[in-house]
Amino acid sequence: MHVHPYERAWIIVSVALLMVFGVAIVVSSLSMGIQIPGLSARLAPVSPDGFASDEPWVRQLGPGRYEANVFAQMWAFQPSEIRVPAGSTVTFYLHSRDLLHGFKILDTNVSLMAIPGQVGKVTATFNQPGEYLIVCNEYCGVGHQAMFGRLIVEEPSATL
Amino acid sequence: MAANATSYQVSPSEKRLALVFILTGFAHLLIGILMGLLQGLEHMGINLIPSMPVIQTYYQALSIHGVFNVLLFTSFFIVGFLGYMASYGFERPLASVRLGWVTYWVMLVGALLTDWALLANRATVLYTSYAPLKAHPAYYIGLALVVVGTLLLLLNLVRTYLAWRRERPGERIPLLSFGALVTFIMWGMASVGIVVEFVFFLIPWSLGWVAEVDPLLTRTFFWESGHPIVYFWLLPAYLSWYFLLPRQAGGRLFSEPLARLAFLLFIPLSLPVGFHHQFLDPGVSQGYKAIHTVLTFAIFIPSMMTAFTVLASLELGGRARGGQGLLGWVTKLPWKDPVFTGQALGMLLFALGGVSGLINASYTLNLEVHNTLFIPGHFHLTVGAAVVMTFMATSFWLIPHLTGRALWNRPLALVQVILWAVGMTFMSRGMSWAGMLGAPRRTMLGAATYREAAWNEPLELVGVGGVILTIAGILFFLNLVLTLLNRRPAGEVEVPLAEPLPEAGPLPQYLDRFMPWVVSGALLVLIGYGPTIFRLLTTMQTVAAPALNPF
Ligand code: HEM
Ligand SMILES: [Cu+2]
Ligand SMILES: [Cu+2]
Repeated sequence: MHVHPYERAWIIVSVALLMVFGVAIVVSSLSMGIQIPGLSARLAPVSPDGFASDEPWVRQLGPGRYEANVFAQMWAFQPSEIRVPAGSTVTFYLHSRDLLHGFKILDTNVSLMAIPGQVGKVTATFNQPGEYLIVCNEYCGVGHQAMFGRLIVEEPSATL
Repeated sequence: MAANATSYQVSPSEKRLALVFILTGFAHLLIGILMGLLQGLEHMGINLIPSMPVIQTYYQALSIHGVFNVLLFTSFFIVGFLGYMASYGFERPLASVRLGWVTYWVMLVGALLTDWALLANRATVLYTSYAPLKAHPAYYIGLALVVVGTLLLLLNLVRTYLAWRRERPGERIPLLSFGALVTFIMWGMASVGIVVEFVFFLIPWSLGWVAEVDPLLTRTFFWESGHPIVYFWLLPAYLSWYFLLPRQAGGRLFSEPLARLAFLLFIPLSLPVGFHHQFLDPGVSQGYKAIHTVLTFAIFIPSMMTAFTVLASLELGGRARGGQGLLGWVTKLPWKDPVFTGQALGMLLFALGGVSGLINASYTLNLEVHNTLFIPGHFHLTVGAAVVMTFMATSFWLIPHLTGRALWNRPLALVQVILWAVGMTFMSRGMSWAGMLGAPRRTMLGAATYREAAWNEPLELVGVGGVILTIAGILFFLNLVLTLLNRRPAGEVEVPLAEPLPEAGPLPQYLDRFMPWVVSGALLVLIGYGPTIFRLLTTMQTVAAPALNPF
């Protein structure tokens, strides 16, 4: 098949571009620790220290290590406010009690879908103190625009 | 006249068939656009919905907007347009014109069922129809009938192709018929997901025959069809850009073999990419998400090939019209012709849409934009600009060709497509900007208590763009209706079939066969989807619809 030399060059450049993009993705996900959810991780029904997986809670596992069990339902998150000290690493477990919902913590790398029957899991570290907006970004009925929460990352001194 | 252009006349019955399909499609687009205006204004703080008849909530408007624009308008237009292109290309009627009419009635009944459910606020589930949001059964049955209609045209096209093969052994498949066949073969394979989802899960569930469905499984089936469907919208536009636009610009098709190859590549590459809509879903493994990223990127290649060939074909046109120098040919293109300019501006915006699509498909970057307004910012450039403008521009020649009535007002058509491009630019820019600031999509943002001040400026752009778009849309429909009523005869309007450059040489055999591409597509689907679907089917997590109606 006859291919014009310019067109051949164009295709080669396109392929090369894609490879560059591919490498950028691999680098960003490995070196910057950006996580997306994978196969569902379920919690034990009740942990040794008495936290039941079908209830909302935030608990401390150790210094700077937290776990949050979050429920999305029409039209609120439970807990609606999550407080952790700056520098904490938090693992979120996300459940839905009814429909699909979204869980995006603005200005952070946490974003995942809440799907009934599945448990989402992501881990992130929050170094910048401040108040972060959590929005439900999947349509979940007439009250969808009222569904939000807050993540409050406190100055380390405040928790001493 | 070009050597390979034909004087073949399609029968009046097939002309009427194409016309009713296209007009039914446009009727849905009109309503869809009016909903768009309500949404755009709501986002900038002007909520007109409470004072509207019929429309009860923002989300009802949004459901109508999505379903009418991208499921009903597109399906009707494409079945009408490509059915006609195929039969014109083959220079023979469809294998069964009667089946063509049956297809129309099946799709019309389906569309009316869906329309009713949406307008009655019984199907405010948005076009993605995610379970366990549960709509009235008429909504699902209606959409299923529309899909059945598209498959009936596939059947008709394949039978026409086989009949043509017997009549003309050894000939190359004519370009227009080839484009139509590839589009429908790809869609036939892609539609399996949505057919399974509706027939085995959503319809029985909405009828009360089964109590529960698995939201992740049905969502996965949806996106198995839901991404390729965008190529079902796009390929008819590509058909026009490759095979018609060069002639409309006074040029020739630069590289016929590569044009055919690009089309064929869409069969396998369109199919296993749907997980890029599910990157943030728990319950789908990261490995398969990564595979779908790679495959989504692969589709960049035929798109880049298209950009090259189409621009080179246009350059031939500009130079044939006396253009000189590196870029002088651009100014010689027929910019005063709305058929040309509508498509050219659509292509320009499509380039931006393609770039934003690469961002969405990028595994990690997707995290930033997922379900924000950035996403509608992306697809209003691809489907809302490139596809819709190409279909509008096509109707400027096709409606006169089908009806014998002249386009009512050519300068108005030109102003209208330019306005549409301007409106889309404003609106998409506003959406992408708000999205990057975190503003969620599918949300009644004017009423959101958490709305951030930084979103105001971009959302005003959305509203302003929406108003410009709506004006452009109304001008289009004015021109369309007055063309249909026009007493001035159109004269002989040809199908502007482009002639390929002879330099491209003979075509390799594999560009005239569909089977290898179909088989490789099926294999890619098995690899990309098989294990995940199998696991989800064997470990179903079903739930019922919420006791309280969410909408
Ligand atoms: C007057 C022209 C239009 C305006 C003002 C407009 C406006 C909008 C707005 C503001 C949204 C975002 C709503 C939200 O996420 O809450 C939206 C969504 C959408 N638009 Fe348009 N649009 C127009 C034309 C079109 C056209 C021509 C198409 C396609 C053929 C289209 C397809 C869509 C789709 C598929 C959605 C997403 C619906 C969903 O999320 O369920 N729009 N439109
Ligand atoms: Cu929600
Ligand atoms: Cu997609």
